[in-house]
Amino acid sequence: MNILVCISQVPDTTTKVKFTDNNTRLDTTGIQWVINPWDELSLTRALELKDDASSGVAKVSVALVGPVSTEPTIRKALAIGADDAYRVDTEALDAYQVAAQLAEVVKAGSFDIILCGIESSDYNGSNVGGMLAEFLNYPSVSGISNLDVKDGQVQVSREIDGGKEMIALPTPFVGIVQKGIAKEPRIAAMRGIMMARKKPIQIVESAPVEPLSQTLAFEPPQPRPACNFIDPDNPEQLITLLQNEAKVI
Amino acid sequence: MSVLVYTENWNGKFKKLSFELASYASRLAEMLNMDPIAVSIGQVDRDELEKLAGYGIKKMIAIENDALKQFDTQTYTKVIADIASRESAKLLVLANNNAGKSLAPRLSVRLKAAVASGVGQLPEKLSPFVIKKRVFSGNALAGLELRTETKIITLAQNSFDLIEKPADMVIEKAEADLAGIAPKTSIKDVQIQTGKLLLSDAEIVVSGGRGMKSPDNWGPIEELAGLLNGATACSRPVSDEGWRPHEEHTGQTGKIIAPNLYFAIGISGATQHLAGISASKYIVAINNDKDAPIFEAAQYGIVGDATKVLPKLVEALRKAKSA
Ligand SMILES: Cc1cc2nc3c(=O)[nH]c(=O)nc-3n(C[C@H](O)[C@H](O)[C@H](O)COP(=O)(O)OP(=O)(O)OC[C@H]3O[C@@H](n4cnc5c(N)ncnc54)[C@H](O)[C@@H]3O)c2cc1C
Repeated sequence: MNILVCISQVPDTTTKVKFTDNNTRLDTTGIQWVINPWDELSLTRALELKDDASSGVAKVSVALVGPVSTEPTIRKALAIGADDAYRVDTEALDAYQVAAQLAEVVKAGSFDIILCGIESSDYNGSNVGGMLAEFLNYPSVSGISNLDVKDGQVQVSREIDGGKEMIALPTPFVGIVQKGIAKEPRIAAMRGIMMARKKPIQIVESAPVEPLSQTLAFEPPQPRPACNFIDPDNPEQLITLLQNEAKVI
Repeated sequence: MSVLVYTENWNGKFKKLSFELASYASRLAEMLNMDPIAVSIGQVDRDELEKLAGYGIKKMIAIENDALKQFDTQTYTKVIADIASRESAKLLVLANNNAGKSLAPRLSVRLKAAVASGVGQLPEKLSPFVIKKRVFSGNALAGLELRTETKIITLAQNSFDLIEKPADMVIEKAEADLAGIAPKTSIKDVQIQTGKLLLSDAEIVVSGGRGMKSPDNWGPIEELAGLLNGATACSRPVSDEGWRPHEEHTGQTGKIIAPNLYFAIGISGATQHLAGISASKYIVAINNDKDAPIFEAAQYGIVGDATKVLPKLVEALRKAKSA
């Protein structure tokens, strides 16, 4: 059984984002690029399954849609333990165009489980995984917080109103992953970093797909009004404010 | 032509977000000169269905197939896409929650419709169609142009006020045509744990951080949540320590939520935490460090030891409730 983890690279989570060119582009100067946090957790879970002989998972690959400048991020994924990688050589323009490219990678390969993160921490779209599944006509489950594979049988779980639901599904499928799928992201050890240099990155020519949307400009969010401090010995005042001013309780 | 809303119910009652979606879609339909219509899947009584008429919906398509008791994304996608085609829907409006995130992208490919997700306001321009959405985990807004004839919007919870606008609504009970699409997923087991709505759909959330010192101090947090009919949450170190289940972890790498009211108790307000909660309408912070960054995000704050302040707050609320 083979797993493909779709990864995107995002600015490190502590980045103070700035924009350039009349606020039409992200200012990338000084940005540290990392693997999107949920993708990192997906990769970790995929590698845990591969380590467990009873799962039947033989190989873990990663795929990223992006120009050559994204290769350090791919090397990171290889250093963490992925066996090989695909890079679709084009700028990522919107979720639709990215998912369409990933669908070509999936069709050309032989993957049983495809994992995507629930969203990327930059554009917060929550779209690529579901779009990919629809392009492929594969079943998908979104927001999975658990993935078990035993002898090729797959079970995932997701939260629902009131609790949790355990779902069995056939391969191939797309799992769209949220927190809980793995505890801590795996980090690369020295040996992994050395080995990553020799692992193959297959460069895939991009398919001619037009994006459906375009980001025109960015702006900072509305600043919040200053905090209204309340005397700790007078919690009644907070309740009054929440009732009469904010009207939320 | 129409604007189509995908409503959600739980145990036969519409979730509040369904009324938000209806309010939003009615305004949008007005701007576009289209009809606002809604689809409801599941067992919902006529009286409950009627409620959407109060928010401007002109037609309600109620689908009750037994086979749709299970939320299978492929089946649901087909059902909604069929209705969208039949009703010439040019805009589909869903919630930006688990259900919306499961369906919107699949519908996008099926209908070749561009998606704007996590939207909090009406479009800025109609042609070209430009709409703002939150990006970089709330640290910026992006103006997004949707270039397709059919478009999909997922609305952030609590971002759009309810607008009451009574309409004459027809209710059309329909059977979905499920020929040839047996769901591939099957539910093996359901564990009822919280008995509550999903954290991401909760209106009020009471959240504790490392400043709570020990899992033994969670009593008043649960009490406060109970009194307010809210959900409990926590910061990442708290779930990492195993003080609370990981389902409660909010932030960049946990749940991204936008309740009406968020209590951050003993939470410093690191950027990664704020990334998951900054879209909350109101934030109340309780922290013993007056310089904690959480106070920059909060509208109301109490500087003090949470273990002392919280019991007093719970007591005061109990009194206010019984008064
Ligand atoms: C890649 C990455 C992703 C991350 N993702 C997340 C995420 O999704 N969610 C998240 O929450 N964090 C996340 N973090 C961690 C984040 O950076 C912070 O470390 C974390 O949010 C801090 O949690 P805290 O506020 O509970 O604890 P602390 O930072 O320890 O703060 C505790 C606060 O409690 C106050 N306090 C102490 N005692 C009391 C008392 N008696 N009464 C009142 N107040 C008291 C202190 O003044 C302090 O402000 C992430 C970090 C990284 C690197």
